[in-house]
Amino acid sequence: MLPLIENEVIRANTWLSYPEFIDIIAIAEMTPGPIAINLATFVGFRIAGIPGALASTLGVVLPSLIIILITAKFLQKFYKLPLVQAVFKGLRPAVIALISLAAITILRSTVTLGDLRSILIALASFILLSFTRTNPILVIIAAGAAGLIMYS
Amino acid sequence: MSQEKNSLTAESQGENPQKILLQIFIIFLKIGAFTFGGGLAMLPLVKQEIVDHRKWVSPQEFVDIVAVAMSAPGAIIINSAVYVGYKIKGTAGSLAAVLGAALPSFSVILVIAVFFLQFQNLPGVEAVFSGIRPAVGAFIAAAVFKVGRTSLTQIKSLAFIVLFLLFALFLEFHPILIIVMGGFTGLVFYRNDD
Repeated sequence: MLPLIENEVIRANTWLSYPEFIDIIAIAEMTPGPIAINLATFVGFRIAGIPGALASTLGVVLPSLIIILITAKFLQKFYKLPLVQAVFKGLRPAVIALISLAAITILRSTVTLGDLRSILIALASFILLSFTRTNPILVIIAAGAAGLIMYS
Repeated sequence: MSQEKNSLTAESQGENPQKILLQIFIIFLKIGAFTFGGGLAMLPLVKQEIVDHRKWVSPQEFVDIVAVAMSAPGAIIINSAVYVGYKIKGTAGSLAAVLGAALPSFSVILVIAVFFLQFQNLPGVEAVFSGIRPAVGAFIAAAVFKVGRTSLTQIKSLAFIVLFLLFALFLEFHPILIIVMGGFTGLVFYRNDD
């Protein structure tokens, strides 16, 4: 998705400079929420203020809204059909494999054997989330606090 | 205790539509506010809220919603919001969910755009994120663990997970290709199930 944004925002319309784009990606990754929405809000605001931010955010949400609503309406009718159930039974292992892939990719780039702190934070978070009923929000806040203490 | 339980069932039966819409909005507001590093990281929170607490969808349905959210274009968290919202309260429910999920990132980015262009250079910010980044990986791993534990009862499914993961890791198959393969294996291997 990022190359598409780069192409439209920097090359086709020159709304942002390349260093600005890099900064915005860094901010989008550090703030909560989907990166696409963060980027859209920022770019929209830069170009046309708050109305611009609203327009670009709406633009980035609308395709999801339309496509998923149509899919959901369709599935509501056909979800119970044996053929559809069979497809979903096959999709479940694929989805779990893809989520595992995401976990491996992110852990590989953020947890390093040389950095005990990162191993500690990842392990503690995993144990709290998997084996206790700790609220995930508390775990994120605790991880941020641990980072502030251990990395500054 | 039992009174509280009764009022919850009454709500999910649709006796107080405004209240359910508000609940959907608040739940996705929380999810949107604490999702770092892509939508997958917040799956444990989404699951806790809508599967474990509210029982709005079953664990199986939850995996199916994630399957649809991953296959369709757009951010996974927004896609799941639309789907979950729709399942609970139709189109109005999906609008409430999307509004909730998008509002935190929209407002945080606006504040940053207006006041702190140098947000990532503020003291402490980098340290906080050095702590959050390893946790995000653990969040996704925990999602796999929890969702896998509740929705996998067959050796066959476990074998497919390993196979797909190997395809994705070592042959670098595109996620969409893995999804398509999953659909086809369903048609071939799960058609005469149960």
